[in-house]
Amino acid sequence: MASKFINITLKIWRQKNSKAKGALETYTLNDVSTDSSFLEMLDQLNEQLINEKQSPIAFDHDCREGICGMCSLYINGRAHGPDTGITTCQLHMRMFKDGDTIYVEPWRSRAFPIIKDLMVDRSAFDRIQQAGGFVSVNTSGRTMDANAIPIPKADADKAFEAAACIGCGACVASCKNGSAMLFVGAKVSQYALLPQGKVEATDRVLNMVRQMDEEGFGNCTNTGACEIECPKGISIENIARMNREFLKGALTKA
Amino acid sequence: MSNSVLFKSSIAKKYFMALTGLFLCTFLVGHLLGNLQLIFKTGEEGRRAFNEYAYFMGHNLFIKVLSYTTYIALIVHAVDGIMLTIQNKKARPVKYAYNNPKANSGTASRNMAILGTLILVFLATHMANFWWKAKITEEIPLHSLVKTVDYPVGQNPATGEMITKPIEVTHYLNTNGTYQQFKVKDPSTGQEQKLFEIKNKHEFYDLTSHVKIGDGYKDLHTVVMTFFSKENSSALFGVIFYVISMLVLGYHLWHGFASAFQSLGLNHPLYMPIIKKVGMAFSIVVPFLFAIIPVIIYMNH
Repeated sequence: MASKFINITLKIWRQKNSKAKGALETYTLNDVSTDSSFLEMLDQLNEQLINEKQSPIAFDHDCREGICGMCSLYINGRAHGPDTGITTCQLHMRMFKDGDTIYVEPWRSRAFPIIKDLMVDRSAFDRIQQAGGFVSVNTSGRTMDANAIPIPKADADKAFEAAACIGCGACVASCKNGSAMLFVGAKVSQYALLPQGKVEATDRVLNMVRQMDEEGFGNCTNTGACEIECPKGISIENIARMNREFLKGALTKA
Repeated sequence: MSNSVLFKSSIAKKYFMALTGLFLCTFLVGHLLGNLQLIFKTGEEGRRAFNEYAYFMGHNLFIKVLSYTTYIALIVHAVDGIMLTIQNKKARPVKYAYNNPKANSGTASRNMAILGTLILVFLATHMANFWWKAKITEEIPLHSLVKTVDYPVGQNPATGEMITKPIEVTHYLNTNGTYQQFKVKDPSTGQEQKLFEIKNKHEFYDLTSHVKIGDGYKDLHTVVMTFFSKENSSALFGVIFYVISMLVLGYHLWHGFASAFQSLGLNHPLYMPIIKKVGMAFSIVVPFLFAIIPVIIYMNH
C-alpha cells in the first residue's frame, strides 16, 4: 500500500507541571505520513514546535514496539486510540483521515497525577506491585529450578495470559470509575495460578487490594471497558479470580 | 473487628452489592408471583384469593423474616451503591474533554447508579400507594360484600304466598374463612342494623359482650383495581409511570444480574455464557410480566 500524507488538527492537553492548570491547545500538522506511528506523528509535531521556538509536548514512550507499557494517551476518547489490542506506539496514522481533528489527553485518574502535558505518574502501580506482586525466593544459592515443578498446561497458559499485562494503565484510563482492578486482578492471577505463587496467595491479594484502595482508584462495576481497551487483551476473568482469592483471604486471615 | 476488610475494602463493597442485588432478584420473583394472581383469577374468587394471599404474606413468621431481610437488603444495596458512586466520582476528578465510552461498554452498565435512583423513586411512590396504606396507616377498607336478599316479612293470608322485601346485607370476610354478616339495611326506609362492631381497623367485636369474634381481611385487591382502573382519573398516569419504571428495572437487571456473579468471583468460561443468557432472560421476562399487570387491569376495569 502506497503511503499517503494527511493534514490533521490536534487538540492536545498542555499542562506545565503537576500543580499548574492545564488546557487543550490546538495545533495543525501537515504532511503526516499514514505509515508513521502515532508517536512518530507527535515527534514530527514536536520538531515543528521546537523550530517555532515553542516548548515540545511531553509524552511517555520507550520501546515503541508495544511491550514496555510506557506509552499511554487517551486518543479521541479511547485509551491507546481507535483500535484494539495495541498500544499507542502501535497505532498508525492510517487509522485517521485527512482533515481529522484528533483529541489527545493524558490518562485521567486521581491515582495517576499529571507530571507534565501528557505524562502521568504511574508509580501507584509500582507500589501495588511492591505490596505483594512477587514470590519470596530463598537466595541461599540452592534455589530450586522453577521448571522442576510440574504445572498443568492450561494453568500455565492462563498465568501467562495474565502476566502479559504491561502495566500501561489503559484499564484505569478507560474505566468510568478509574478502577485498577484489571491490573491488580492480572497481577494476583499470574501468581495465584502457579504453585510457586500459591504459597503466598492469601497475603498477596489482601496486601495488593489494600494498597490499590489506598492509592485512590475507583471501584469496579463490571462494565468490561478495561478488557476491551487492554492492549494485551487481559480478560476480566482475572478480576473474578481476584474477587474469589480476596474472599478466601478475608474469611481466613485474622 | 479482625475481618474489617470484609466491610471496608473496595472488593467487599462489591460482594455486598452483588449479594443484596441477587437477593432482591429473588424478592422480585416472589412479588411477581403474588401480583400475577391479580390477572389470573377474576371475580369475588380472585379478590378473595389475592386478599388471603396478602394476609398470609403479612402474618406468616417466615415471610416476615424474609420481608425484613428485604428491607435491609434494599437499604444496604442503595447505601452501598451511593458510597461506591461517590468514591468512583472521586477517582477521576478531571473528566476527559472527549470520551467515547460506547466503544467499550454497554449503556446499562455505565448508568447503574442513575437507573438505581430511578428505581428508588418508583419504590417510594409504589410504597406510598400500597405498602404505606396497608402496613402503616391501615386506611385500607376491609374485604366486604353487599348482597341484596329477599327477606320474608309475612304471608299473604289470601294466597299463602310469602311476602318479601329486598334488604342489603353487608358481609365481611372473616380470616377464619367465613363471610360474616355485618349489617343489614332496608333500602326503602334507610334503616340499618349492625350485628357487630369493628375495632382497631380490622377486628370484629360483639356488640354486647365486647369480645373479639373475628378478624377481617384488608381489601388490597380493590385498592389495586381502583388505583389502575379507568374510572380513576390518575390511573393512566399511574400505568405509564409503572411501565416506564419496569423498563428502567429491566435495564438495571440487564447489567446487574450477570455482574453480581462476576463480583462474587463466579466467572467461569463454562458457566458465564449461561449466567449471561439467564440474566438477559430474567431482565426481560420479570419486568415485562410486572408491567403487563397494570395494563391489563386498566384495559379491563
